Amino acid sequence: MFWYLSFFLEQFIMNTKHPAKRNYSSLEKFALHLHPKTIDERAVVFNRTFGLGGICALLFIILAITGMILRFSYIPTVEQAYDSIVNLNTHTIFGGFLRSLHHLSANLLVIASFLHLLRVYYSQAIFKKRAENWIYGLVLMFLVLASSFTGYLLPWDQLAYWAITIFTQIFEYIPLFGHSLANFIRSGETLNSNTLLNFYNLHTGVLPLLFVFFVGMHFWLVRKAGGVALPEVEETQKVPVIPNLLVKEVTVALLLLAGLFLAVVFYSAPLLDQANPNLSPNPSKAPWYFLGAQELLLHVHPAFSAVIIPGYLLLFFIAVPYLNYKNLNIGVWFNSPEGKKLVIHSAIFSFFFTFGLIYLLDHFLHFDVWLSSSPSWISIGIVPFLLYAIPVGAFLFYGFKKYKVHNTEMIMASTTVIMVSYLTMLLISLLLRGEGMLLIF
Amino acid sequence: MKFDRRRFIKRLLVAIASVEALFLIKGGITNKARLSEDKKLIRVGKSDSYEKNQVYPFLSHHFYLKRFEDGGFMALSIKCTHLGCVINHNTKTGGFNCPCHASQFSPKGEVISSPATRPLDYYPMTIKNGELYVDTSVVKRRKSFLKSQLTYV
Ligand code: HEM
Ligand code: FES
Repeated sequence: MFWYLSFFLEQFIMNTKHPAKRNYSSLEKFALHLHPKTIDERAVVFNRTFGLGGICALLFIILAITGMILRFSYIPTVEQAYDSIVNLNTHTIFGGFLRSLHHLSANLLVIASFLHLLRVYYSQAIFKKRAENWIYGLVLMFLVLASSFTGYLLPWDQLAYWAITIFTQIFEYIPLFGHSLANFIRSGETLNSNTLLNFYNLHTGVLPLLFVFFVGMHFWLVRKAGGVALPEVEETQKVPVIPNLLVKEVTVALLLLAGLFLAVVFYSAPLLDQANPNLSPNPSKAPWYFLGAQELLLHVHPAFSAVIIPGYLLLFFIAVPYLNYKNLNIGVWFNSPEGKKLVIHSAIFSFFFTFGLIYLLDHFLHFDVWLSSSPSWISIGIVPFLLYAIPVGAFLFYGFKKYKVHNTEMIMASTTVIMVSYLTMLLISLLLRGEGMLLIF
Repeated sequence: MKFDRRRFIKRLLVAIASVEALFLIKGGITNKARLSEDKKLIRVGKSDSYEKNQVYPFLSHHFYLKRFEDGGFMALSIKCTHLGCVINHNTKTGGFNCPCHASQFSPKGEVISSPATRPLDYYPMTIKNGELYVDTSVVKRRKSFLKSQLTYV
């Protein structure tokens, strides 16, 4: 694929010398199906989009190709799944390479789609006619996580088995239907051969198909909205997409491919011992992108950490383009210079505050013991919740007074606090928790 | 908005068809042979082959068989109620420890140390012709330990 693309790049740089007479290459023709002929010159500037949407799309293509080849070696049964992976690593030509490339691209896709989400959010590209595309984007984010999660189980090694066990078990904390939901996902009380078959079908059939459909809609809606969001100006300058945008897209694509191939030389996807349902590794962690949720569950009553907080966040993210904003500045990063400062301060505050609070809760604040006479939804529910919410509220109020901003920036600041808190918890759980899930300091 | 009969009927039909389709899909994706269905009733043998105050692991059937001081039996699930890891028997305390996030349970399965919030689940037991059976097809949840959860010969 790398050579293929660079061949086009070469052809196309040669071609630009005679713009009037030249024939379009097939890559150019393809590009003109995606893009209009001319676009606003400000849309081409790299730090408008950081190429993140395109990076996601390319990663998906790499995943589809490598995945399709992996399917020829993989056997989706409890008895043979693990051996088929070992076999792939040792006997198939470039087997380990393919698997590592697939693994690395999958993890990068999670990161890249999250960064893309941040980009569209902070450049205020999600309002009015773009609101619908934000929803499609959320669906894509869900599909990315679901694909990653279902793929995680397939090697059927200790890492896979226990990560999926831990995460499906989080659902059990949802009252009323949690237990049946978890059993539905696992098709049983514990992971079994049906779980593996279901995950395999979702991972290699249903989810990619849905992905193609939603990416198609997503691209179409970007164009329907008139391209990427840009601030209003008096006069706009249009430039041809070929070569201005295309050369950047191909460059980003080539750099990404080169980087991935290089990385895979030094990195190989992990494979532990074959899954043993009777032996849990110590510690057992959920897949890394869900570790923030696992960390939350360590500190807060499940009614809060598994139901109220995730439910509220989901609704908030769906509603965020539709709230009643007073001073939208579509296409302007962080809305205003004050907005930018406030967001940066919120991120720093949220990181240190969350970190400190978790440290205190782990080592000093044992509300479950101190308040053991009151019900647990107070001692480890309301109390830690207020311990978080009151300082955050005070900080936001202080920011509001100091920067004299409107509600758009305030909502942005709150979103920042929440997202950074999640990331902080994720990092703590991933890097700073060792045996018995205890902090290593 | 004015009530529109045609649109209402159309939507109703679409809704009914969707429910129908959902059930069809659900039936299609869950109708797989349950391979282990037939051996859910586990025979563990005569009661006098088990000593009092001892724990006998039946890991491949997902339970620890515990015989208490007074002769009562209980089949405790090996699944930690925090996030589903397999608990280990602690020979010093007679209770159970979880390797994953350090929950501790008493010999009766009650929580001694969080993050778990619920006592260990257990499986119902029956006695036929003087032999003990554990029914692993149903797992019982409980809020606390009760004498009625034990099985006596
Ligand atoms: C993983 C799959 C995804 C792919 C392949 C993808 C692809 C793209 C592409 C190519 C663009 C054009 C501009 C750019 O490159 O930034 C775009 C724009 C956009 N994306 Fe995504 N995206 C994905 C996920 C998401 C997610 C998770 C969200 C947010 C929830 C999102 C929301 C948006 C919005 C609102 C726009 C319009 C931005 C504007 O008009 O400036 N997308 N997407
Ligand atoms: S699974 Fe046992 S303590 Fe978490």
